[in-house]
Amino acid sequence: MENKLSRNLYMVPYVLWIVLFVIAPIFLVVYYSFFDIEGNLSFINYQKFFTPVYLKMTFSSFWYAFLITAISLLIAYPTALLLTKTKHKQLWLLLIIVPSWINLLLKAYAFLGIFGTYGVTNSFLEVIGIGAQQILFTDFSFVFVSVYIFIPFMILPIFNSLNELNPTLLDAANDLGASKWITFRRVIFPLTMDGVKSGCQVVFIPALSLFMLTRLIAGNRVITLGTAIEQHFLVTRDWGMGSTIAVFLIISMFLIMIVTGTRKRGV
Amino acid sequence: MDKRISPISKLFLVIVFFILYAPIFFLVFYSFNSGGTMSNFEGFTLDWYKELFHDVRLLIIVLNTLVIALLSALISTVVGVLGALVIHSVKRRQTKNTLLSLNNVLIVSPDVIIGASFLILFTMAGIKLGFYSVLFSHIAFSIPIVVLMVLPKLMEMSPTLIDAAKDLGANRWNVLSKVTLPFITPGIFAGFFMALTYSFDDFAVTFFVTGNGFSTLSVEIYSLARRGIALNINALSALLFLFTMLLVVVYYFITQRNKPKGMGVRK
Repeated sequence: MENKLSRNLYMVPYVLWIVLFVIAPIFLVVYYSFFDIEGNLSFINYQKFFTPVYLKMTFSSFWYAFLITAISLLIAYPTALLLTKTKHKQLWLLLIIVPSWINLLLKAYAFLGIFGTYGVTNSFLEVIGIGAQQILFTDFSFVFVSVYIFIPFMILPIFNSLNELNPTLLDAANDLGASKWITFRRVIFPLTMDGVKSGCQVVFIPALSLFMLTRLIAGNRVITLGTAIEQHFLVTRDWGMGSTIAVFLIISMFLIMIVTGTRKRGV
Repeated sequence: MDKRISPISKLFLVIVFFILYAPIFFLVFYSFNSGGTMSNFEGFTLDWYKELFHDVRLLIIVLNTLVIALLSALISTVVGVLGALVIHSVKRRQTKNTLLSLNNVLIVSPDVIIGASFLILFTMAGIKLGFYSVLFSHIAFSIPIVVLMVLPKLMEMSPTLIDAAKDLGANRWNVLSKVTLPFITPGIFAGFFMALTYSFDDFAVTFFVTGNGFSTLSVEIYSLARRGIALNINALSALLFLFTMLLVVVYYFITQRNKPKGMGVRK
């Protein structure tokens, strides 16, 4: 008979990982949020967070994330729907996913050239007579590039749930006299809600926190929660305030997950 | 269901694919530009590629990135497989769900939070920022992905296989090495591969925990891109694009090869 200790030795690395890299970091972030920049215990960071400056930033961060999610959904849903109707749909899906494997920074960098003052977009605008515009470092370029980056992540879960849809249900709706639109609204869309929800989840949470896009594409015009955290941790070195914002980001993350949570249990 | 796609829908799909791929090809195209900008193409040149291959600093960074990716993927695969075995072995439903939720924390957390909290963690633990801090964080955020890739395979495995092995006199080690591990091999490969790509693509976490002396490709691209347009980044992105396509093909073959085999074992 082997003794119990050695039997359970294999659990050590994984449990150690959970303790060190999952529980400890969250605890440390919360712990640090109670310290001001000099290292004194205080609630000053929380007081600061509830001043108009930070509240406005939080609000605008949520607004941008919402816009990005909504636009991605509007483009991704029809795309996913059409993809399921193509021949070789798995191949097309793979082609949609491939761009998401390319380093995000390179894609952002491409838009520096495309949206730049002498870039392709501006030459095009000149040709059709609108004239060159300042595109880079605006809200528009930030939202556009974010949507560009997130679209594959939105398409994938929607495609999967559409793909699992039982086609006989559509035949049934058709037989019962439902028009295409009614079929979509009453049958297809409700049944693919899970895909939509998880798509929104994978887009919304990162959209709140991507700091490199705001830095590269939006200049410093758009400040998201992520940008603020990066600023506090790496530039001003005010870890307490950075942690406080992180705590609120974590809380909003949990709220989003509850709202978009699917009812599937287990794995 | 209506299987035909109307011309308008086709046009929509074409536009989506165009937008997804145009920036990437745009980058690659201008990497051959002998003029120094991403706006007018003067002539064909391979100078940027030559410059890239003569940049010793960059080559060291590429090497760093590869070493980190391979090491972290290897270690996280080992720990992740152990983790999947731990979760699989837990009988109580509640404990299992708690473990799964803890496992998924790092997957759903925004990179900024992971980066910031790991920065605090490493600073508190007295680990110097650099190679080891980057390696540890890459291992940490890859483990849950490996677990999620391996666990479904474990669930799929019929418990009777293990009972049969035990009846035939196999000890625990034999069961693991002769029955369980061969069965979940496709999951392990997929997990290793995902860990590799996660590590390779990661920017935000690395950006937080890397010190001054150490850099990975993503961090380097970010600091280059913040300085503005330089066509050697284009050349770099062209090479990375090729590399990514290679990975896609490899991944495609791994999954294709595993499909029939996995099914063969299941029956």
